[in-house]
Amino acid sequence: MNDTQQILREMVERLFADHVNPPLLAQAEQGIWPGALWRLVEQQGLTRPRVPEEQGGLGCGWDDAFIIVRAAGYHGLPIPLPETIAASWLLSQAGLTSPDGPLTLGGAHPEDRLRLAPGNQGWRLSGTAHRVPWGRAAGSVVLVLGETGNLRIAHAACAGAKIEPGTNLAGEPRDRLSFTDHPVAVAPWPAAFADNPVRTIGAMLRSAQIAGALANALDRSITYANDRYQFGRPIAKQQAVQHDLARLAAEAAAVEVAAETAFLAAERGDPDLLVAAAKIHAGLAVPQATGIAHQVHGAIGFTLEHPLQWATRRLMSWRNEFGGDRQWSVILGRRILDLGADRFWPYLAAQ
Amino acid sequence: MSIFNFAFSPMPPQCEALRAEVRAFLQANGRDWTAASRAQSWDGFDPEFSRKVGAHGWIGMTWPKRYGGGERSALERHVVLEEMLVAGAPVSLHWIADRQSGPLLLRFGTERQRREILPAIARGTLCFCIGMSEPDAGSDVANIRTRAVRTETGWRVTGTKLWTTNAHRAHYMIGLFRTSGAPADRQRGLSQFLVDMTVPGITVRPLPDLAGREHFNEVTFDGALLPSDSLLGQESEGWSQTLAELALERSGPERFLSSIQALIELIRIKAAAASDEDRATIGRLVAQLMTLRRMSLSVAGMLEAKQTPALEAAVVKDLGTGFEQALPETVQSLLGLELDRDHGTELERAMAHLVRMAPAYSLRGGTREILRGIIARGLGLR
Repeated sequence: MNDTQQILREMVERLFADHVNPPLLAQAEQGIWPGALWRLVEQQGLTRPRVPEEQGGLGCGWDDAFIIVRAAGYHGLPIPLPETIAASWLLSQAGLTSPDGPLTLGGAHPEDRLRLAPGNQGWRLSGTAHRVPWGRAAGSVVLVLGETGNLRIAHAACAGAKIEPGTNLAGEPRDRLSFTDHPVAVAPWPAAFADNPVRTIGAMLRSAQIAGALANALDRSITYANDRYQFGRPIAKQQAVQHDLARLAAEAAAVEVAAETAFLAAERGDPDLLVAAAKIHAGLAVPQATGIAHQVHGAIGFTLEHPLQWATRRLMSWRNEFGGDRQWSVILGRRILDLGADRFWPYLAAQ
Repeated sequence: MSIFNFAFSPMPPQCEALRAEVRAFLQANGRDWTAASRAQSWDGFDPEFSRKVGAHGWIGMTWPKRYGGGERSALERHVVLEEMLVAGAPVSLHWIADRQSGPLLLRFGTERQRREILPAIARGTLCFCIGMSEPDAGSDVANIRTRAVRTETGWRVTGTKLWTTNAHRAHYMIGLFRTSGAPADRQRGLSQFLVDMTVPGITVRPLPDLAGREHFNEVTFDGALLPSDSLLGQESEGWSQTLAELALERSGPERFLSSIQALIELIRIKAAAASDEDRATIGRLVAQLMTLRRMSLSVAGMLEAKQTPALEAAVVKDLGTGFEQALPETVQSLLGLELDRDHGTELERAMAHLVRMAPAYSLRGGTREILRGIIARGLGLR
């Protein structure tokens, strides 16, 4: 991490720590949009780090974006910041204009059936996008359509779409958006992130958010274990608790390394394999790590009053969003089997 | 904010040429290696092969040239190690000396020892063993009872070392002995020695392991006389010298690649036709492998920068040995193999070896429990 990144990290951590707290999280879960928080984050330019400066963004790399997305995960930021970072980048890559305000991603869910048709005045979108993050709050959604080699990016305003609300286990909006002859801006997708750029970039975001939320659960668990007395001493002095927390820490570290590696690969333009590895690693770590965090916290951590759940309920959901470890393992396994026994290692070693 | 530091260590450009060179060498020398022999991995012993590796300058790579080293980086060394392990090369003869004993002599040996011994290690002709564990001192290393008592000409050593890998073949042992005090004094009074294994009064008795191989030994010292310059570093500083050595032992690719042949052979037999379950299993294993490799490279980068990443090394070893231990079981379960102790296809014989070796992975070089204790201390729990 260079000096600029250190400054970015400190700035983001302070901003989120100062403004995201349990009352805000609880209100957001009740459906109250945290507009003040969004404006603050947008004013700092954090919503468009990957948009070139001449287009009004920060012109940062994916390695910088990792810092922002991980911190968003650590604090459970109840706004679509990761989604907006990705959507604004997709638009700028495809040469489409990126509007201000919250954006989101669609077209990566396995049940999505979306089609484009040419209309009188440009392209029209029809069909349904499932589990769109923050669909009700976003001004527009960036979707990917078509087959590998012939992918298109479509930019659709959410106004005018039929929005059926849903949530994930943490109460974050995951809405169904249905479009009928909906006017959209469309552009061909350049080759990078070849397979399904929305799914890949979405999985990459979630792996960084998971790394952040695991660090949050670890920090809380360490503090709690040192503060909580049972049998006349802090439970942190129990070897069984120490070893569980060591496992949690090691898993959290591995997910963080895997996620950061994926973002660095994205910076080089070919992250598919490393995003798969990151999302798989995150998916495998979440049940173990959340299990340990809750075990260490005992009954209090199982209540909505305790802040641990702001991290763990998100972890329980994020692990399966944009593909779970099973789906990504099949993708990665197929790629490795295509390479074969004698070529897979040279391929990995070159990553 | 983060407890650990796993900063990204990019591979220097010269690593790729080196990697190609190592691969070509392994291809040429490994034609006769079978899946079963490759599965022996860093337990495979082959003096001729070790000499060839030495001739290429791939032992003692990071050491000064005046002691036979190559003055290359820790990342270049990592490249050589991982390629050797993935190829299942028999590196046991020079392995311990390259990784631990050589660096230790470099720091604490006398000039004469460095001039005489390090170049021979680098040539791949010297085998070392580590005399740490004892019948009553396993994870509790400080409980060592083997004594070295000063004589007019040097030291007289009495006691027993146990689980000493390669003692029956080793030219030298780096031994940790008590030079003063009693076991109750714990780490105070322990000192490190360079032991010539040919001196009279040393008896080595092999202890076959679960896989039926002889690499473990019991080493008995019955008043063996060592010269005065066999003391390494400072008297009574053996404990802290040992801790520095252990950090070198804990983060390398050998801590997650020990059973890699199981994955390679699984990919080989499933390449033609695979189910989604096969793909998912392989995908999960490869994802973990990729992350562990990144973490291990980070630690190599920190070693290169002269940092002491003891905590990060413990994390890599805990996660890595967990991975390499689960790998043979995962493959055996997926393939539904019923293994025979003595017979079978190459794959089956490789698996029969790995399944029996796997319990050792989380024991050797510091048990899982010791590592988690180290991590817990780093977390501020102890």
